[in-house]
Amino acid sequence: MSNIIVIAEARSGSLKKTSLEAVTAGKELAAKAGGQVIAIIVGNDLSAAKEALAASGADKVIALQSEALAQYSGDGYSAAISGELASLDPACVLMAHSAMGRDLAPRLAANLKTGLISDVTALHYDDSKFGATKPVFAGKAYRKSYFEKSPFMATLRPNNWAGQSDAGSAEVSDASPSVSAADLKAIVQEVVAAASDRTPLQEARVVVSGGRGLKESEHFKLIEDLAAAFGPGVAAVGASRAVVDAGWRPHREQVGQTGKVVAPTLYFACGISGAIQHLAGMSTSQFIVAINKDANAPIFKVANYGIVGDVFEVLPALTAAVKATV
Amino acid sequence: MIEIPAFLHWFALLAQGPGRAAAPTLQLVIKVMDIVVCVKRVAATDSQIKIAADGKSLDPAGIEFVLNPYDEIAVEAALAAKEQFGDSTVTVVTLGSADAQKELRTCLAMGADKAVLINDGGRSQDAFSTAETVADYLKGTAASLIFCGKQAVDGDESQFPPRLAELLGMPCVTEITSLTLEDGSLVAERDIEGAREVVNCSLPAVISTNKGLNEPRYANLKGIMAAKKKPLEEIEAAAIDPATSIESLSLPPARSEGKIVETVDQLVDALKNEAKVL
Repeated sequence: MSNIIVIAEARSGSLKKTSLEAVTAGKELAAKAGGQVIAIIVGNDLSAAKEALAASGADKVIALQSEALAQYSGDGYSAAISGELASLDPACVLMAHSAMGRDLAPRLAANLKTGLISDVTALHYDDSKFGATKPVFAGKAYRKSYFEKSPFMATLRPNNWAGQSDAGSAEVSDASPSVSAADLKAIVQEVVAAASDRTPLQEARVVVSGGRGLKESEHFKLIEDLAAAFGPGVAAVGASRAVVDAGWRPHREQVGQTGKVVAPTLYFACGISGAIQHLAGMSTSQFIVAINKDANAPIFKVANYGIVGDVFEVLPALTAAVKATV
Repeated sequence: MIEIPAFLHWFALLAQGPGRAAAPTLQLVIKVMDIVVCVKRVAATDSQIKIAADGKSLDPAGIEFVLNPYDEIAVEAALAAKEQFGDSTVTVVTLGSADAQKELRTCLAMGADKAVLINDGGRSQDAFSTAETVADYLKGTAASLIFCGKQAVDGDESQFPPRLAELLGMPCVTEITSLTLEDGSLVAERDIEGAREVVNCSLPAVISTNKGLNEPRYANLKGIMAAKKKPLEEIEAAAIDPATSIESLSLPPARSEGKIVETVDQLVDALKNEAKVL
C-alpha cells in the first residue's frame, strides 16, 4: 500500500501549526486513496515537535535527527528526506506552503522527477488521480489540475485545513540521516526574530492597512493605533503598494499581487482606493471594512461595510470604539 | 571566484562536449563569472483576468504582457553582481514563445549582455517541464550564479528556482531581501514567518529575489538602442511533457456589494452584532 507523506516543520524546537494542518489534509486524502499518513520531521532538538506530531492524527512519525541539520539547509534537508522517501513508497507528499515549504518542496519534487502544485486550497482524488486547486494571478482566478506522474505533491495554503492536537498517539521512530555538516552548501546561519509585539501579517486575525489617503508616512501611527486597539497578537499592519513604493512602509507589509496575500477574519482598508493589485491580495478576507473619502473608490465594491469619510476623523474614533469593545 | 585563472574556464568549455566547445570565442574564455537570469513574460499585475473559451487558460485579449516584476529585481541583482565582479557576462534566459523576445529585449535594455529564448512555440508548461527544460540548457553552460524572481505573478508557483538548483546540483537561497556576494560564497537574508533568516551559501548557486532587495533600474534610451544590437539567441525547446494537466481555470465568486454606514458607531455596531467579529 502506498503512503501519504507529510513533511512537517519545526521552528526553535516546536512544531509549526501549519504542519498539523498538513497532517489533516493528508488524512483527508488517505480516506479516499488509502494508505497510511506518515509524518517526517527534520532537525536536531525534536522532542516537543515529535510529541505534537504523534497527536496530530498521523499513523506514523519519523524523526530525522542530526546535529548537522539543526539549522535549515535546503540542499541538506532535501538530501535527508529524499533518502528516507525511497523506502516509504510515497503516493503523495504534502507540506505547508510556508517559507520552508516553498524552498524545500520544489527541490524534493525535482529530485523525485515529479510535479508539484503549490499553495493549494483544495485537494482532489477522482478516478484514481490526485489533483489540487490553487489560486493563480494572486487569487484573481483558481486553477484545478490533475497529476500525470507519481508521487503527487502539493504545498498547502495556511488556514485551509484544521490541525488537530489530540488525535491519538502515533508510533514515533528515529532515524539518522547520512548528511554531514561538510555536505551542506546553503545553511541558515542565524534566525533574527521580529519584534515580539508584531503579529505576522498572514497569520493575523485582523489586518489594518493604510494607503495614500494617509498623506504622510507619519500618519501611519493612526493605522498602528487601530491595530494595537485589538490587543496584543491580534492585528497586523498592512500597506498598499503605493505607500511601500514611496518608502513609507517596509515591503514586508505590502498587501497585494507583488506583496502578501492575506485572508484575515477582518480587514480594514484605510485610505486605499483599491487598485486591482491590492484587491487580489485581500479580497478573500471574511469581512472587509473600507474607509475612504472618495465614494467611487473601487475598494467599496468588495467591502462589506464602508464609511465615506476622512481617515483622519474616522480612524481615531474607530480606535477609541474598538478599545472600548474588545 | 575572481581569482580563478582564465585557463580553467577554457577547460570547462572543453568539458561541455563537442557542440559547445567546437568554437569557443576568445571573449568567452576570459569571462570569469557567467551570471544567468531566468525570466518570464507574464500578464501585468493590473490585468483584469478573463478565462479563454477552452475553460483552462487565460484569454489574452486586451492583456498587457510584461517582464515578471520579481524578475526585474533578479536582473538588477545580476547587473549589480557584474558591476561588483567586473569581467562577467549577464545572460537572460526564458522559456516561451517568440512573443517573449520583447521581455528579453527589456532585460538587454536594462544592461544584460545577451539573451536566450528557448522557444516552445507557446505550448503549455508546468513547473516540472519548465525547470527540466531550462536545466538541460544550463547544464551546457558555465553558469555559476543564477538569479530568478521568487515567483512568476501568473501561476504564483514559486517552484522554479529550487527545482533548477536541485537539477543542477546547486544550493539555492529563495526570496532574498539582501545579498552580499563574496569570492566563492554569499550571505543573503530572507523573510520567513515572523522572522528573518541569514543564510550562508557557497557558489555556484541559484538565488530567488524578493521585493525589497533592490530598486530595478529603468532602461534608458541609450540602453534601448543598444539592446537592439545585442545577441538574442533562439533555440528549440526539448519536448518534455508537463507532470500536471489543467482541468479548469475559473474566476472566484464575486463578493456581494456591502453597505455604506454613516458613523463609526454604526460600523462598530455592525461588526459586533451583524458580522460578529468584534
